[in-house]
Amino acid sequence: MRRWATPSLLAVCFALVCVLGLGLWSIAFDPVGKSLPERVRDAMGSSGVDHPVTAVLLNFRSYDTLLEIGVLVIAAIAGISMARLPSLEDPAFRTHDALLGALQRWFVPLMWLVAGYLVWAGAKQPGGAFQAGAVLAATGVLMRLGGMPMDFLQPGRLLRVGLVLGFAVFLLVAFVTALVGDAFLAYPEGMAKSLILLIEVSLTLSIAMVLLSLFVAAPVTDATGNQEGGHR
Amino acid sequence: MTPHLLYAFTGLLLFVTGLFGMIALDHLLRKLLALNLMGSGTFLVLVGLAQHRNGVDPVVQALVLTGIVVAIAATALGLVLIRRYYHLSGRSSLEPDTNDEAGP
Repeated sequence: MRRWATPSLLAVCFALVCVLGLGLWSIAFDPVGKSLPERVRDAMGSSGVDHPVTAVLLNFRSYDTLLEIGVLVIAAIAGISMARLPSLEDPAFRTHDALLGALQRWFVPLMWLVAGYLVWAGAKQPGGAFQAGAVLAATGVLMRLGGMPMDFLQPGRLLRVGLVLGFAVFLLVAFVTALVGDAFLAYPEGMAKSLILLIEVSLTLSIAMVLLSLFVAAPVTDATGNQEGGHR
Repeated sequence: MTPHLLYAFTGLLLFVTGLFGMIALDHLLRKLLALNLMGSGTFLVLVGLAQHRNGVDPVVQALVLTGIVVAIAATALGLVLIRRYYHLSGRSSLEPDTNDEAGP
């Protein structure tokens, strides 16, 4: 940056703070009509779950969640296509540590259990597909660092199916409800709970897969392994 | 001035700090961290303002949860891209250093 640029940038940022702060202050005390929490509370009976955040995520505003998993899948595909290695799961990156291996035998099943519990708990308390997917992805990272073979990360059918499973199931439910029922993503009466559970489970698997493959797509490279940077 | 409104104003400060960092810092990793700071500031403004006006608001919390997951994916993709850029060009900032320009 040039020498005069930083002070003027600071001044602009300070002005921005003042303007935005005034804006915040002026809307903070505006009276509002019927508030969103009341609307959510009124509609909770038909949502199929008991926790308001899960109800908003997978029923009232499920369109957002559908687009979100779409963004995740695109990010994963872009990340994988940037990967340096043809194989995402290279044995050379595995470490073999006896202590880590022993710990993993205890931790991995427990973490799977926690992930499954988080999916199920999302119906009535904080939890749900994204938290469970994050735990599952962390398990995958641990397994990878500990040198457990994970053949499903090889580019191939399993990886593709795992990446798009959540998005595909979600989209399928959306189109079926649009064709058979009332509207796009309007769950039929009485089926909301099972449909949400189906979507949540497939979302969990896909989110874990996306996060794990994004982690694996940026492998640790040593100084000599710089095969792609020709001109340095 | 409730605590929730304080969260909103803290978020505002974080957002502008991140914006400043985005523009002023050269290193790409720092830029990415600054972008994340901007995102966190936005989330704080959203949640703080909504809680100040309506109490705990599940709609805004769900929106912010969605935003957090998208931010994680964007950050991971950004890291992969930065690594690739570094391997291809050997530089960690977008503009070449002044030392490089002096060379041939």
